[in-house]
Amino acid sequence: MLSIKNLQAKIGEKQILQGIDLQINAGEVHAIMGPNGSGKSTLASVLSGREEYEVTEGEVDFLGKNLLELSPEDRAREGIFMAFQYPVEIPGVSTINFMKTALNQIRTYRGQQALDAVSFLGLMKEKMKLVEIDQSLLNRSLNEGFSGGEKKRNEVFQMAMLEPKLSILDETDSGLDIDALRIVANGVNKLRSQNNATIVVTHYQRLLDYIVPDFVHVLYKGRIVKSGTKELALELEAKGYDWIKNEVAAV
Amino acid sequence: MSKDNQVLEELTSKEYEHGWTVNLEADEAPRGLNEDTVRFISAKKNEPEWLLEWRLKAFRMWVKMAEPKWPNVHYPPIDYQDIIYYSAPKKKASLNSIDEVDPELIKTFEKLGISLGEQKRLTGIAVDAVIDSVSVATTFKDKLSELGIIFCSFSEAVKEHPELIRKYLGSVVPINDNYFAALNSAVFSDGSFCYIPKGVRCPMELSTYFRINAANTGQFERTLIVAEEGAYVSYLEGCTAPMRDENQLHAAVVELYTMKDAEIKYSTVQNWYPGDKNGKGGIYNFVTKRGLCFGDHSKISWTQVETGSAITWKYPSCVLKGDYSKGEFYSVAVTNNYQQADTGTKMIHIGKNTSSRIVSKGISAGKSQNSYRGQVQIMKRASNARNFSQCDSLLMGDQCGAHTFPYIDVENNTARIEHEATTSKIGEDQIFYCQQRGISEEAAVALIVNGYAKEVLNQLPMEFAVEAQKLLALTLEGSVG
Amino acid sequence: MNVATKRDLVSELAASRTRSYSPADQALREDALTYLKNTGLPISKTEEYRFAPVTRILEKNFDSLTLSSQVNTVVSVNEFLIEGLKGNIIVFVNGSYAPALSKIVSNPDQIIIKPLSKALVENEEVVSALLNQKEDYKKDPFSAVNTGLWSEGLFFHVAKHTEVKEPVYLLSLNDASSAVSVHTRIVGWVEEGSEVTLIERFETTGHEAAFHTQVEEISVAKEAVLNYYKIQNDPGKSIQVCNTLIHQSDHSHVNTFTLTMNGEVVRNNFSIAIDGEHCESHFHGLYLLTGNTLADNHTVVDHIKPNSFSNELYKGVMDGHSKGVFNGKIYVRPQAQMTNAFQSNRNVLLSETSTINTKPQLEIWADDVKCSHGCTTGQLDEEALFYLQSRGINKDSARAMLLYAFASDVIATIKDETLKTYFDQLIAERLHKNF
Repeated sequence: MLSIKNLQAKIGEKQILQGIDLQINAGEVHAIMGPNGSGKSTLASVLSGREEYEVTEGEVDFLGKNLLELSPEDRAREGIFMAFQYPVEIPGVSTINFMKTALNQIRTYRGQQALDAVSFLGLMKEKMKLVEIDQSLLNRSLNEGFSGGEKKRNEVFQMAMLEPKLSILDETDSGLDIDALRIVANGVNKLRSQNNATIVVTHYQRLLDYIVPDFVHVLYKGRIVKSGTKELALELEAKGYDWIKNEVAAV
Repeated sequence: MSKDNQVLEELTSKEYEHGWTVNLEADEAPRGLNEDTVRFISAKKNEPEWLLEWRLKAFRMWVKMAEPKWPNVHYPPIDYQDIIYYSAPKKKASLNSIDEVDPELIKTFEKLGISLGEQKRLTGIAVDAVIDSVSVATTFKDKLSELGIIFCSFSEAVKEHPELIRKYLGSVVPINDNYFAALNSAVFSDGSFCYIPKGVRCPMELSTYFRINAANTGQFERTLIVAEEGAYVSYLEGCTAPMRDENQLHAAVVELYTMKDAEIKYSTVQNWYPGDKNGKGGIYNFVTKRGLCFGDHSKISWTQVETGSAITWKYPSCVLKGDYSKGEFYSVAVTNNYQQADTGTKMIHIGKNTSSRIVSKGISAGKSQNSYRGQVQIMKRASNARNFSQCDSLLMGDQCGAHTFPYIDVENNTARIEHEATTSKIGEDQIFYCQQRGISEEAAVALIVNGYAKEVLNQLPMEFAVEAQKLLALTLEGSVG
Repeated sequence: MNVATKRDLVSELAASRTRSYSPADQALREDALTYLKNTGLPISKTEEYRFAPVTRILEKNFDSLTLSSQVNTVVSVNEFLIEGLKGNIIVFVNGSYAPALSKIVSNPDQIIIKPLSKALVENEEVVSALLNQKEDYKKDPFSAVNTGLWSEGLFFHVAKHTEVKEPVYLLSLNDASSAVSVHTRIVGWVEEGSEVTLIERFETTGHEAAFHTQVEEISVAKEAVLNYYKIQNDPGKSIQVCNTLIHQSDHSHVNTFTLTMNGEVVRNNFSIAIDGEHCESHFHGLYLLTGNTLADNHTVVDHIKPNSFSNELYKGVMDGHSKGVFNGKIYVRPQAQMTNAFQSNRNVLLSETSTINTKPQLEIWADDVKCSHGCTTGQLDEEALFYLQSRGINKDSARAMLLYAFASDVIATIKDETLKTYFDQLIAERLHKNF
């Protein structure tokens, strides 16, 4: 589904990604872990098309398309979804209105009919149930005055609505207590299928107790320095990132 | 950043949609202004002597007055002798039904999306259409008259209801109130009159649609609305003009008068031609709007969406004379390219326990300058007065300006006044968030701007809210709805 | 312009001009007075003086504004000194330097402090660079009056990379046993990386009218810090107009505090030009008014360069027949991207006959900025008052406590403990005695 080859990127004059290689197939969940400043969030931002980052080298192929050539909205329309670490607030725009605009623009892009109000509400009700979110929250201005947990739940709700092929969860666990974490993770797990894939970007192992990855990659200084299965995450938890740092230094 | 600029460039290069003209034969006054012009207009309209005297008095005062220099707007001097002060579409002496209206004219309004034909009319809205200086058609008149509601052109009201006009004309905006009000009082040609009798709730929205068509003309209409005790009316006003290279003057006066327990809700969607993207042409919109809450517990609410005009100078105000009376002002003013807006409100608290609320949302783009100017005045005997004001500015691009001039004058120590103002820009992170959900950058800007203006748009009647939302998006971008 | 008044106040003022200190000074004074003759003093329609009828009050209080220099009769200033403050004391009496009452303690290698008349001769280069920057007298008629007529001033110059430990305390005493007209100036320069504290205090004795103008021009260089305090406490028929301009360069900090308590009319035109990047300006004011006092604070925070921060907080309490006026302008110029500018004005009206006119004004020409202003007018919270009374506190004390609480966040901005104690005492005294 997603094939990343020798991806290098910088922000301003600072080179952050030093050559990433990653292959993700449908049905898989990949966890990207790493210490602060290793480039995890940069990778998520580059894949979703944030303008501040300049790609200096490498290729990203997403379902046969050169992802790097697409605008952020076209990437979304092709099926990439980013659950933001810090979802922004947009005063005066309700989540419902926001989702309706997004969904219909995506449908138009794909040559589908825009949904009428009734079908849209039907779809919304179904997804609300799936991710256990209350309608009163969706009537309010997007993320405005939401708690950390409410914001993250709203991200998962949007993910459910847009049915992406590849979801990127950027530090979704940050700022969540254990109950909120469980609800968010449940939502993500319900959306997993053989047709979609998920990238979980996280600093800590605890999220991976709930969203169990097929593969774990450790990012350090802009490179994937170690890959393995979920056991790698546990090992990291036990030994800490210094273990990786020392290992890299030794090489 | 460069991409943002590109989008802004695209947004700002949008053309004016209502910029066509129609070939209507017009009956015009000679160019220029003197006492004879005033007499000409009055004679054209077969006015009674008292009204001519009233006009002449206004003219004589105007001659001695000076154009105001305090607004934050700049324009070359206006040559008041180079304007045609009266232009009416030629038509039959009187019309018996809408079918007799000049077909070109009906087409004009259909192009504007306003149908004057009864069978195709906008449901639930009565329309008075004013082209250049003259009211051409009023719909739903009969139905309204069953309730005792008078809704007709100003000229007609002068003939049919002289006692009402004589009583209320100039009672809220005196003829020498300001330079442009004096000018209007001397040369006004038509407009709308509306009277809601005691205890009547007007069952439909009343609406006037203004259009300037002829070249070199000024438009000087007057609107007068009187709501008797316990009456209620919601009134809408819309306007457009053709694209012309020269600037055209629009100096209107609107007077609202509410008795005890009465309420007037006045909504405007102002879309006069703003000039081209180099600042050439466009309407000078110098308008005086004021409401008098005369009776206790009366209420006047102004809502305006200002997207057009090269220059806007208007301060729809409320004089809160009755105890417990209420004034409201909700405004969205968008300026783009070289547009200049200096707009806001005055809330004059005279009665006891009066309250007012001001919500102003300015949006500046292109090379435009957008100013909020407002006054909250609490007079000595206005005990327990309350005011809340929120004035926000949104800047799009680094070539424009946003200015806030609130005047707060309190002479009574029981008043509670709160004023807040913020200035911000559309966040790049907000746009990116929308894009990541598949929404194009243009649509994202429209979405965010409409969200920003929502509190004001919510005040508009349904039909107008949709139009206003569209207009906001159109003013700022290409075709997003 | 001056047609509305029968008397020609400008000529009366101009006739009292007696001195100049150099040919250049002479020329400048003449220019300013010529300019003033053409523009006149503000009339009732002058927008900037809409609520401060200074001209009318001058006419009312002075039979003539042509007044000769006054004799110095003051022998002691002890009651006006700040207890515990170890600093430089400069005393002006009726606009003349009083060396016998003054005491300069700082090392001249760190800071030069001297009368402006002397500095105009001895430090000509520095003074001429700072005096009357950008023809400032054209910006305000009373600045022009001052430029034409000033008799004496304070000059200070802080050397580079110097933290001056001893504050500069300027006490302006006016003896109004007969009518006086006093015009003083301050010219100051805080050089790169230095810090200094300036405290100004105005006092008037006697029962006749006193007209006092002061113009202050202070330049704060790169990475320098200026702490500025002003106490306006002239009882009686005192009419005062202060024009203050502070100019900031990169990475400089300015903290100001203006306390206005007395006077018939006090008008402050206080401008900060933030002409550098990464500057910080904290701009505070407190006006506690009673009787017939009119205090008009016109402030300007002008963001000229990017990346700076300003925060303005002015609070007022009006009792008796007093009038408070606040006009706060924030300009963010086109170049001044990434500016953060905040302004707040809060007022309490205590009596039926007190008024407040406030105009917080934002003018923004740059888009990537965060600016806000807020403004409120209200009364003391009756609930809170009752709560305190129900705990056995008498109403006057309860009121004073609540008013002190209202003012406390402004007072809290004073960093120096000695000064804070002193201000605290002045404010508490005022709140207990007069409100």
